Amino acid sequence: MLLFAFFESLRAHGVPVSLTEWMSLLRLLHSGAVAPDLDSFYRTARTVLVKDEGYYDRFDRAFLATFRDVEVPEELLERVLEAMKKEYARVFSEEEMKLLEALPFEQILKNFQEQLEQGHFRGHEGGNRAIGRRGTSTQGADGFNPAGVRIGQSVGRHGKAVQIAEFRRFREYDRDRKLDTRNMRVALSRLRRMLPDGPPEELNIEETIDATARNAGEIELVFEPRKRNLQRILLLTDVGGSMSGYADLVSRFFSAMKDEIKDLEHYYFHNCIYDDLYRDAGRHEAVPSAEVIEKFHQKYLLVLVGDASMSPTELLYPGGAIDLFVQNKRPGLAHLQDFAGAFQKSVWLNPEPVKYWELTQSIKLIQQVFAMYPLTEDGIVDAVAHLLGRRRAA
Amino acid sequence: MLRIEQTDGYILSDELRDAVNAAIVLERPILVKGEPGTGKTQLAVAIAEALDMPLLRWQVKSTTRAKDGLYVYDTVKRLNDARFGDGDVSDIRRYIRLGPLGEAFSAEERVVLLIDEIDKAELEFPNDLLHELDQMDFLIDETGETVRAKQRPIVVITSNAEKELPEAFLRRCLFHFIEFPGPELMQDIVRVHYPDLDQQLLEQILDAFFGVRRVVGLRKPPSTSELLDWIRVLLAHGWQPVAEDGSLPFLGVLLKKPEDLKRVLSRFSGERTLI
Repeated sequence: MLLFAFFESLRAHGVPVSLTEWMSLLRLLHSGAVAPDLDSFYRTARTVLVKDEGYYDRFDRAFLATFRDVEVPEELLERVLEAMKKEYARVFSEEEMKLLEALPFEQILKNFQEQLEQGHFRGHEGGNRAIGRRGTSTQGADGFNPAGVRIGQSVGRHGKAVQIAEFRRFREYDRDRKLDTRNMRVALSRLRRMLPDGPPEELNIEETIDATARNAGEIELVFEPRKRNLQRILLLTDVGGSMSGYADLVSRFFSAMKDEIKDLEHYYFHNCIYDDLYRDAGRHEAVPSAEVIEKFHQKYLLVLVGDASMSPTELLYPGGAIDLFVQNKRPGLAHLQDFAGAFQKSVWLNPEPVKYWELTQSIKLIQQVFAMYPLTEDGIVDAVAHLLGRRRAA
Repeated sequence: MLRIEQTDGYILSDELRDAVNAAIVLERPILVKGEPGTGKTQLAVAIAEALDMPLLRWQVKSTTRAKDGLYVYDTVKRLNDARFGDGDVSDIRRYIRLGPLGEAFSAEERVVLLIDEIDKAELEFPNDLLHELDQMDFLIDETGETVRAKQRPIVVITSNAEKELPEAFLRRCLFHFIEFPGPELMQDIVRVHYPDLDQQLLEQILDAFFGVRRVVGLRKPPSTSELLDWIRVLLAHGWQPVAEDGSLPFLGVLLKKPEDLKRVLSRFSGERTLI
């Protein structure tokens, strides 16, 4: 059940494949436009099913998981297509099944059969478990053992596709791995709020016609301000200590923020927010936290970046701050709650991998105060959606 | 069956060829993504030449609206004519100009339509084209006429990935990502521009160039066009790509962001030799 296993494998590896796309692939296979070998299948399937190079690596892994040890492709396709309907019933709804029924499976199968018989597989060197096909196999004709004998380690046609996938050259494009400024900018660009602002410089046609008509046909041009991005963000970043390892990532995030958000206010803290925030990463220039809240809470969205990993005492006790020069009267968590309560919308982005979150008590504590998302491309997308979501009920 | 095999003057990989043919068979637009300088736009030109079809080009800008591609109703001209009595104002058709998409639909023969840099427009722009790209028709509100494609055009859409494109739009497209050329392919590309360049010098230049691209964390890694500029500057001055102390001359031609320049300088300056 290889083709189906491939579909399942794609989903299991996190490649978002819709039924529409899957059916397009079947239609293509049916059209005869795809040579019936695994190389062409690999290329065509990727073109039809994957819509972002960020998923290429997952596609490669799904492809490997399915096809690394398969028998020769002609065998596979025949069996796949026969059993396909039965298998589909397991995962697809009735409606989707109806759509699938409409596809001419018999013909797809026949089509491949014909191409096989026309000798498209001549010169096929076999995979690692080549089994001769019953009947018309070109390999059979060339005298290989029809009972299924290993015919060497040479690279077969499908071996090449598997090798391409094995090479996994799109690894660094993966959505979880590669997070350069551009990816972040793309993810952040949804934060834009385009509203008319500035001097009137664009012609408003509707108004112009209206005014001209009212002016008895004497042309009267009406201009309006251009739309500009008026989104406002207050960004608070954790610096020093355990954050040093993420310094590069955070600086790229900051630079992306700067590109996307013109009205960006930026302050620093160490581990947790207490009575003061700092204008500089060296934490020399202090500004009272209460003042920052007062100044920005009405018009700004709040974004915090930090690993939220510290001793719970830093959050829970007065005087718990890690820096001795900070003598906080109120526990850090209370200060965080001040911020979360004052701002309409806020998120916490955490560069620490999600798998560690469960194990870190301070992360769990902060998650009770702020919606926390990983500092990855998908995490930023989710965080942006959260920021733009409907305002919290008062 | 209509399909392309090879193109003159454009290096078509197996992957890209299969992708284009799949798009032709499925009659779906093909979305081509990749860094600047990877030949995305050139692909549409090559397809048009290979299939001997006319090429229509729609260059998208940040202010482009979906409707601009269908048709433009020139209100101001009509107003003007009405005011000054030029021409027949009652015939609204005179003031409707078809956009590139409209022209592609109404063309007598099948054409290749290039929608270039779709990511330049507003985020919702691609969604506004869903119906038109699916059904290949649209209504001109002002006249009540429907423009329907006589032949479904082959649609090539390029993106520099400046914005994420909407899911609904992506589902309707086939997708191909053009990788940045490796050293071998890059040699061929440079040769097109500098056929007489000394082979050894070319290899040194490419070594240095890919060395710079490998520096981690660049905001804007240099692309093909920057490489070509750099070569021109080097040749004009008769300099080597790597100075004796290991530093690279004219780095400002390759790198446009001050942070990048600083990053690379710290890596390739002074006693440190390259690679």
